[in-house]
Amino acid sequence: MSSTIRSDDDPVTATRRRFLAVGTAALGGAVLGAGAAAAETDNLPPNVPEWMKAPGEPTGGQLYGTPSSFEQGVVRNISKTLKQYVSASSRSPLQDLDGIITPNGLFYERHHGGVPAIDPAQHRLILHGLVERPLLFTMDDLRRFPSESRIHFLECSGNPGYSKPYGKTASDLVGLVSCAEWTGVSLKLVLQEAGLKLDAKWVVAEGADAAALTRSIPLEKCLEDAMLVYSQNGERLRPQQGYPVRLFLPGFEGNMSVKWLRRLHVTAEPVYSREETSKYTDLLPDGTAREFSFYMEAKSIITRPSGGQRLSAPGFHEITGIAWSGHGKIARVEVSVDDGRSWQDARLQDPVLTRALTRFRLPWRWDGKPAVIQSRAIDETGYVQPTLAELLAVRGENYFYHNNAIWPWRIADSGEVTNALA
Amino acid sequence: MHWREIFGVAIAIAVCGFATGAQSQTPYGIGRSATAAEIAGWNIDVGRDGSNLPRGRGSVSRGREVYAQQCASCHGDKGEGGLGDRLVGGQGTIGTPKPIRTVGSYWPYAPTLFDYIRRAMPQNAPQSLSDEDVYAVSAYVLNLNGLLDADATLDATSLAAIKMPNRDKFVGDARPDVKK
Repeated sequence: MSSTIRSDDDPVTATRRRFLAVGTAALGGAVLGAGAAAAETDNLPPNVPEWMKAPGEPTGGQLYGTPSSFEQGVVRNISKTLKQYVSASSRSPLQDLDGIITPNGLFYERHHGGVPAIDPAQHRLILHGLVERPLLFTMDDLRRFPSESRIHFLECSGNPGYSKPYGKTASDLVGLVSCAEWTGVSLKLVLQEAGLKLDAKWVVAEGADAAALTRSIPLEKCLEDAMLVYSQNGERLRPQQGYPVRLFLPGFEGNMSVKWLRRLHVTAEPVYSREETSKYTDLLPDGTAREFSFYMEAKSIITRPSGGQRLSAPGFHEITGIAWSGHGKIARVEVSVDDGRSWQDARLQDPVLTRALTRFRLPWRWDGKPAVIQSRAIDETGYVQPTLAELLAVRGENYFYHNNAIWPWRIADSGEVTNALA
Repeated sequence: MHWREIFGVAIAIAVCGFATGAQSQTPYGIGRSATAAEIAGWNIDVGRDGSNLPRGRGSVSRGREVYAQQCASCHGDKGEGGLGDRLVGGQGTIGTPKPIRTVGSYWPYAPTLFDYIRRAMPQNAPQSLSDEDVYAVSAYVLNLNGLLDADATLDATSLAAIKMPNRDKFVGDARPDVKK
C-alpha cells in the first residue's frame, strides 16, 4: 500500500519527506525502526489519524504565523561558501512555489552593505536638485499621498551568469527573481509635489544602507510607472526589502529599485556611480561595455519538473513554470518536451499582468524514456526568449548580467531531473 | 550647494514664510521644505566631472598609510584583492577572454572613486574617513594603477582632470541583440 501512495506523490513532496526523515533520524537516533514503519500507517485509512483525536494548538499560539513544520525545508537558498555575507544574495526556492506571488519570507534578497535596522520614525526622504521646492518627507507624509497597489516581478540583473558552473536547481539557476503586490505612492506624484525644472532629466536614488547604494534613473521611467513602495503583499516591507520605503521600477534590473530610500536627487545627467560603471555594465568580447542597460528581457523557466526533482513513475505529470518580461505582458509561453524539435503553447494563468510573473502549465504524459524539456517566453512586443548559445554568440561569457536564456532540463529514464546545459 | 537652490529657499521664505511655504503651493501640501543645511549634509553625490567634490586634499604618501590601516585587510597590501575586489592592474585585459576589471583597467571616471570610497568604504565603517583621507586613499589607489605619481597630491581639480584608460569604452544598450 505504501508504495502505491508514494507513486502518487509529486517529487517535491517526496523530497520534503526524505528531508524530514533525515531530520527525525538525526534527532531521534535509535527510535527509528519497525515502530517508525508502523507509525507511517497509523494515521492512514481505515485508521483515524492522531490529529483528530485531540484538540490542536490553541488559537493565537502564533501571533505572526509561520509555515507548517513539515515545510521547514522550503527556505531561501544561499551559497555556504561565499567570501563574505555583507554584499551577497539569497534566492527564492522557485521549484517549491506555486502561482505567481512570492511569499515575503521567501522573496530573493541582494544587499550591498548588509540589512540596516531603520526606525521609521527617524527615517527621512529628501527630494532635491532640479526642483522648484526641495522637500523633506517623513514616513507619515509618504503614506498620506494617494496610494496604489500593483503586482510586479523584481529580478536581479545577474540571474544567472554566462559561464559554468550552472546551477543544479531552478533556484540555483534563476532564483534571483520574485513577484509581489507592491503598495505605495506613484513617484510622479511626489516629483510633482516638488515641481520639476525644465532641465531635469535624471533622478539619482540613494539608499540609507551602509553602501549608500546609488543609481541614476531616467526621468521618463520615474514619470511612467515608478513607485515609492512601503508595503509588500499587504504588510509593511521586510527589512530585507527596504523597510521602511524603497524605490520600485517595474521591469528594470533589481539593483535600480533602491531600498531604504533616503534621497532623490533630480539632475541633468546620470551621476555615473560605481554601481552603474564598475558594476552593472555589460562587457562585450571586443572590450566595449554597455552602460545603462536597464530592462530585464523576456524569460521563462520550468519550475516543475526541474533540476533536483525526480519523476516517480511514467504517466501524467503537469509541466509548470513562470515567465516574465520587463517590456510588458507575456503573450505566449511555448514548451518543448522533445529537446527543442517541436513546441506547443502552454496555458497561461489569468490574469496575465504587465511586468509580473505569469504562471504557465502544460499537461504531459511521460513515457518513461529520457527527455529534455524547456520553455520559451514571447512577450507582447513579439520578442522571443533566446537560447544560451544565441546569447553567447553575441555577448560572450564575460557579459555577466541580463542572461535571459532558455534553460532546458534533462529527465533520465530513472526520472531524475538535471540541468541539461551543466 | 548650487547658488540657485540657496536663492530659491530665500525667495520661498521671503514670499510665503518658512512654515507654510511648501503647503500653500503644492498639489497635496505634503512634506516640508528641505533646508540647505539638511541637503548639504546628505548630498554626497559626486558627478563624473568632479562636481560636488569637497574642499581638501590628500597625498599618495598619506594614502599609503590610510590604505594599510583601512583597506589592505580586504583588498590586499597592493590592491591585489581578497575579501574585497581587486583594485589594481588588468590594463590591456578588458578586451580579452579573461578580463581583469579593476579601478585602473575598467572604471571610466576618477571622481567616482572618491564618491564610492566616501559613501561605502571601509565596509565596516562607511562615511568614517575624513574628506582629506578619502582624497589620500583615492590618490594611492590611482598611484598603484600607474595613473598618479608617487609624490602627487589630489584635490577636486586634479582628481577631475585624470583621464581613466577605459573611459571611451562604454556604449549604449543595444538590446534586443538576439532577434528572430
